[in-house]
Amino acid sequence: MDILVCVKRVPTVGGAITLTADRQAIDTRAAGFTISPHEECAVEEAVRLVERFGGAVTAVSLGPAAAQEQLRACLALGASAAVLLETADGVEAGPIATAAALHSVAAAGPFDLVLLGNEASDTGDYQVGIRLAHLLGRPVATGIKAIAVADDGSSLAASRTYQGVLETFTLPLPCLVTVKEGINRPRYPSLPGRLRAKRAPLTRLPVSESLLSAVAAADIRMRALRVPQAPRKQATVLGHGADAVPALVGVLTELGVIS
Amino acid sequence: MTVFCLVELDGDHVADASLRALTVARGLAGDAGTGLAAVSFGTVSFGTVSSGTGPAADLGSYGAGEVYAVAGIDGYAPQAWARALAEITEVNGHFVVAAGTDRGNEVLAHLAAISGLPMAANCVAAAPSAPGALDIVRQRWAGLLLEEAVLAAPAMLLTVATDAVSAQPAPVPALAAARAAPVVRAVTASVNGADLVVKATETPAAGGGASLATARVVVGGGRGVGSAAGFAALEAVAELLGGVVGVSRVVTSEGWRPHAMQVGQTGTKITPELYLACGISGAIQHFAGCAGAKHIIAVNTDPAAPMMTRADYAIVGDLHEVLPALVNALRGRETQA
Repeated sequence: MDILVCVKRVPTVGGAITLTADRQAIDTRAAGFTISPHEECAVEEAVRLVERFGGAVTAVSLGPAAAQEQLRACLALGASAAVLLETADGVEAGPIATAAALHSVAAAGPFDLVLLGNEASDTGDYQVGIRLAHLLGRPVATGIKAIAVADDGSSLAASRTYQGVLETFTLPLPCLVTVKEGINRPRYPSLPGRLRAKRAPLTRLPVSESLLSAVAAADIRMRALRVPQAPRKQATVLGHGADAVPALVGVLTELGVIS
Repeated sequence: MTVFCLVELDGDHVADASLRALTVARGLAGDAGTGLAAVSFGTVSFGTVSSGTGPAADLGSYGAGEVYAVAGIDGYAPQAWARALAEITEVNGHFVVAAGTDRGNEVLAHLAAISGLPMAANCVAAAPSAPGALDIVRQRWAGLLLEEAVLAAPAMLLTVATDAVSAQPAPVPALAAARAAPVVRAVTASVNGADLVVKATETPAAGGGASLATARVVVGGGRGVGSAAGFAALEAVAELLGGVVGVSRVVTSEGWRPHAMQVGQTGTKITPELYLACGISGAIQHFAGCAGAKHIIAVNTDPAAPMMTRADYAIVGDLHEVLPALVNALRGRETQA
């Protein structure tokens, strides 16, 4: 089973988000970078499937040269090859452009399965996997929290919970699945994995600026970013320890939680 | 030009998330001077406005003049729903709005891909700025960051952030105008086999019970709970308050509770009346999940923890002392009553 897993380099956001002065981007001068939690789980799921069925995992990312760091991390976790669709620094590709760029690698496959995170943690566009599926003409299930591949490898059952109901989608392979955190608990890279990652092939393919901008014209156009104001006022301290319980019961009554 | 809104049902009523989407859709319909039409899938009795119950009454009070009740697709099939939406709305020249739920985002993304259009996910505001252009504000980082953007396209496809917009029925004059309505139009979708390949089989979820996303009271537990066994006190409080337990990411990473209970950017977004956050320091990814709570009460040993400073009420102390005392107080009240 050959699997393509798509990942994106995103800043590690800690205590607060700070923007650049022109409000066009997050100020990442002091930030580390990672891939989205959903995507960590996509990589883990891909590696587990290959461990069971054989085959290979290829990791792909659309991003700047620095995204090699995230692809090396995927190689350390068990991917055997990586492709960087390399953009100039500071280029933010929208979802239409991203799907088009990923399509160039996914179509060259052949891949039995393409895995993505349900949404990138930074832009949260919720559509790249579906757009890629339509470009490839393959079925897709999104927001998936469990994957069970049939023993003969011809299909998979992908499930998620929605409003208290378990929804299961059965997809013939080849197909695409976007996953969410919780589908598995990702492993930490092993020492042999890290050593292997240094030698593993990482292909850098430049993405033409003109191609990206032609497709990007169809996407929504960002004007500026802003950090929403924290709506909360200074908290009213009800007291310390168990002594605060009478005041707490009073607040619960006031809020109508208890009568 | 019509503003179409995909609505999801929750039993006999329009789902809360869809009422929030309808509120934004009605705003666009007003600004654009166009009609508001709801689109719903599945076999459902819409009732009548005069009966005052059921989805039709909900949709009428939210200003929908028409309801398209789509039959012909058995169950949830995202691509087939999108194909049917494309047929019914004819897309170009119109707006198509949905709630930013798993299904809403998924169906609209399919519609966008089918129609070759952009889609703006999880909008918190939208207003026409010029012919064929919409000024939008949408969530990034699950709402920790907002993006101001322009959506310029032959048709406007957008979903509404369910935790950032409140559900507001139409003001009374509009409601009066819609009294005779909504007109329910039964339509049958013509879909091909390829669109039905991915189709949900529905079974009751393990665990079941009240949903975290729609719970009125959520009792949250974080690192301060200390162990899997430590959740007994939170569960007791949740039961007494008619709520459910939610957890922070560290709790699921430790394996104390399953990921389905996680509140936050990569878990569930909650919108309860009350969030009682116990032993949770308040990483910003956690706030992305609980910022939609109407009131927050925090219990923590550290008075400087972000959750304590951003809550409405704070109790400085160990949750293992505070919660058992609260359980006793609440049980005492029940005994008296």
